[in-house]
Amino acid sequence: MADEAHGAAEAAAPGMPQLDFSTFSNQIFWLVIAIVAIYLILSRVALPRIGAVLAERNGTITNDIAAAEDLKRQAAEAEDAYNKALADARAEAQAIAAEVREEIKADLADATAKADADISAKAAESAARIEEVRAGALEAVEAVAKDTAAEIVAALAPAAADESAIAAAVTNRVKG
Amino acid sequence: MSEDAHSEETVDAHGAEAAHGADAGHAADAAHGAEGGLQIHPMDQFIVEPLFGDGGIGMFSITNVTLWLFLAVIAVVLLMVVGTRGRAIVPSRAQSVAELTYGFIRKMVEDVAGKDALVFFPYIMTLFLFILMANFLGLLPMSFTTTSHIAVTAVLAMAVFLTVTAVGFIKNGVGFLGLFWVSSAPMALRPILAIIELISYFVRPVSHSIRLAGNVMAGHAVIKVFAGFAGVLGLGAVAPVIAITAVYGLEVLVAFIQAYVFTILTCVYLKDALHPSH
Repeated sequence: MADEAHGAAEAAAPGMPQLDFSTFSNQIFWLVIAIVAIYLILSRVALPRIGAVLAERNGTITNDIAAAEDLKRQAAEAEDAYNKALADARAEAQAIAAEVREEIKADLADATAKADADISAKAAESAARIEEVRAGALEAVEAVAKDTAAEIVAALAPAAADESAIAAAVTNRVKG
Repeated sequence: MSEDAHSEETVDAHGAEAAHGADAGHAADAAHGAEGGLQIHPMDQFIVEPLFGDGGIGMFSITNVTLWLFLAVIAVVLLMVVGTRGRAIVPSRAQSVAELTYGFIRKMVEDVAGKDALVFFPYIMTLFLFILMANFLGLLPMSFTTTSHIAVTAVLAMAVFLTVTAVGFIKNGVGFLGLFWVSSAPMALRPILAIIELISYFVRPVSHSIRLAGNVMAGHAVIKVFAGFAGVLGLGAVAPVIAITAVYGLEVLVAFIQAYVFTILTCVYLKDALHPSH
């Protein structure tokens, strides 16, 4: 019987040690121990630990996301407030600018009117003086003409020097 | 390990261990002793050997299986317990990976099997992490891949099968049998479909376990075959080394995908148990 068993082993072993049934009990015994050991280690230590770590991480991530959303909302609010303040300031600036523009326009109109009045007054004055000067000039021209004519007459014909006749003649010519 | 030493051990094995009769490693070496020339033993990496002494393998012997199962447990502890010891809100790299794995499997359970399946989340997480770590540890050179053994994957698959069946009957009572009674099919077809469904239900643990062990074993064996070629080709070994690199990359992918497939199938089966209606 022993020989038969050995013969079977010799026949099987070179082909496939897997089919050497005499080693099965040994392999199965140690396998069961190894599997039970791994099962106990995993179910008692490793898996609960990893599960807890993953749950904790998910919790942290959820909290962080909530916090981030809160901050984002705050930032949006701040931005809205900033935009509103900016718009208010702009409107106010425009109002002030318009007011100032109106004031300046009014001042400008006043100044223009005043300047116009001054100018027309000065122009009238100037015109009066021009008239005066012109009148003066005409008189001067007449006087000069009379004097010149009297001189010329006296020089050419001293006998005929009649002052009043010359003056009448010159006045006549100047008017003509 | 030289061939001579093994031959002597084999003689010893014949004498002292005849009762055990199945010291696979020695038996394999003895078988290889007869071959000559190109020596490629792609399956030797799967041999279960005792770590201490030369004795046979009893149920409680400390073997390379024990060592690599223990290392898988350590790897799980390093990632899931030591890696998360900071409990940081902003995670470290290790904690990130642990959290990603947690989220990945939890979401899978929830999406595939429903919210009421979350009770089984630690169980499914255990399966996923064990298979993942065992697969990746198996990719280390000189390591032993526990998930390449049908004994290991069959126990995992049977555990899932029994759990799912028990949960199905506890939650739904006899109504669980409705899983096999396709109410949307015509009446005449239903008995035939019931037989097919029943067979497919019982084939589940077989495909579930062989898929994992087969994929892992095949990839490792292929790498070993190429390594054997590389050993005898001299300078020409560049080609097999490139091939090993490519297959290794594929194996890294397979290591993850098979863990994923095993886990998601568990979820699918669990969904059937919790909500058997079609």
